[in-house]
Amino acid sequence: MALFRPDLRDRDVTPQSLWLRRRELLALGAAGAVGALLPAAAGGAGPSGPALPAARRLEMAGGEKPGTWDEVTGYNNFYELGTDKADPRANAGTLRPRPWTVRIDGEVKKPSDVAIDDLLSWFPLEERIYRMRCVEAWSVVVPWLGFPLGDLVRRVEPTSRARFVSFTTLLDPQQLPGQRRPVLPWPYVEALRIDEAVHPLSMLAAGVYGRALPGQNGAPLRLVVPWKYGFKGAKSIVRIAFTESQPRTTWNAAAPQEYGFYANVNPAVDHPRWSQAKERRLGEFRKRATLPFNGYAAEVAGLYAGMDLARNH
Amino acid sequence: MARRRSLAVPLAVALGLLPAGKLVLDALTGGLGANPIEQVLNRLGFWTLTFLAAALAATPAKELLGLSWAPRIRRALGLLAFGYAAAHLACYAGVDQFFDWPAIVADVTKRKFIAVGFATFLLLVPLAATSTDAWVRRLGYRRWKALHRLAYAAAAGGVVHFAWRVKVDLLRPAIFAAVIGALLLLRLLPARRRSTAPPPPGSLTPRT
Repeated sequence: MALFRPDLRDRDVTPQSLWLRRRELLALGAAGAVGALLPAAAGGAGPSGPALPAARRLEMAGGEKPGTWDEVTGYNNFYELGTDKADPRANAGTLRPRPWTVRIDGEVKKPSDVAIDDLLSWFPLEERIYRMRCVEAWSVVVPWLGFPLGDLVRRVEPTSRARFVSFTTLLDPQQLPGQRRPVLPWPYVEALRIDEAVHPLSMLAAGVYGRALPGQNGAPLRLVVPWKYGFKGAKSIVRIAFTESQPRTTWNAAAPQEYGFYANVNPAVDHPRWSQAKERRLGEFRKRATLPFNGYAAEVAGLYAGMDLARNH
Repeated sequence: MARRRSLAVPLAVALGLLPAGKLVLDALTGGLGANPIEQVLNRLGFWTLTFLAAALAATPAKELLGLSWAPRIRRALGLLAFGYAAAHLACYAGVDQFFDWPAIVADVTKRKFIAVGFATFLLLVPLAATSTDAWVRRLGYRRWKALHRLAYAAAAGGVVHFAWRVKVDLLRPAIFAAVIGALLLLRLLPARRRSTAPPPPGSLTPRT
């Protein structure tokens, strides 16, 4: 009888890739055990909701890792669903993103009321990974799913008088119970100059993380302008209007000295009540420096050539 | 009497430390949300104001509701408020700003909401420092009591700090303002009544 029976074969050897990750796997197992003991830790659910296909993927956050699904969909400013960061996810159940109609009017040659699914069929959806910097000095990287706003603007053909385009959020206290309190003048309106709107970085998003937008992120359609503070990104849009004069925008109207019309991310111009020089990326311990135009200066600084960005903040 | 006092204070301290315990538990189990540092700051600030209001409620609770034990836990409530305020400030300087002293100095000097918060903490320091019986004796009850009226200023400062920190939703700062304002009124009204009415029996003995 052989002392050493060759019952271990090559296939029994732990693959090197797994072996190299052994500590990681141990940690994962430990985390799982802790998670099983403590239900609060089990909140890290993955993406959920209807899947949306993306025709292509554009990485535009300097290779940085997107925030987790939990961060992106569980820490939101959407006052129409409550003013605490966790409120929108908790209250999103009342928002019904279908059926949904978007009115496109004002200075356009083809004003229309468009069903959301028709609107989404006009353009191929693409994933775009952008940095998102909130005016409250926190930030997160988000894998949005949508299409360039400029494609929509060109399709609806603004008249020569159109200089601005505004985005209005649904006004319906049944669906958006936060509107029962006059925290802000409802409905929420945000706006861009036309040249900002047709800039290739501006997008309308219908999804995040490959899924249809959850209510708390502004289902079924929201604005994303990555070089501006997050509040410019109007959510749950029901109206896109083209105007000759600068629209009255919500935060600017509520506190003009604190929130400018442009709201470009600018570390050199502080909010009157706090510094904008640094930001905390969700999931990170130390604050990091805020970049001019949120890191998109090379692409967009030209839009503001010759402008006093402290006055036009 | 002595036995009830010995029970009320430890009970108040134990209950008062529950929010701190919950904070530690949530920190260990990922229960602080996507921005834990902000969550810790918000909770510590909330409990500072809550215990300040509770300390100010002690005398009205006795005079109006007959809760004779309430003033006995006032010192514990005040020290709890100071403890939460100190933790709040330490978390701001040591965790949120990570000892970035230029940024902290800029905050305190340029941001009115942080300046008020810092001033409020400075008001609480002498109150906590003179919270012992020995200090009551050293200062004399009248002067000690006058000094400790700063608690109202601190509570008001805390409310202003809170109100200037939020973006537009003033509901919670307004609730604190209403509660603390009402407590201040309650203290002013009986004082007037006492000054016009003949002193009730026993009222001339010092209340410590």
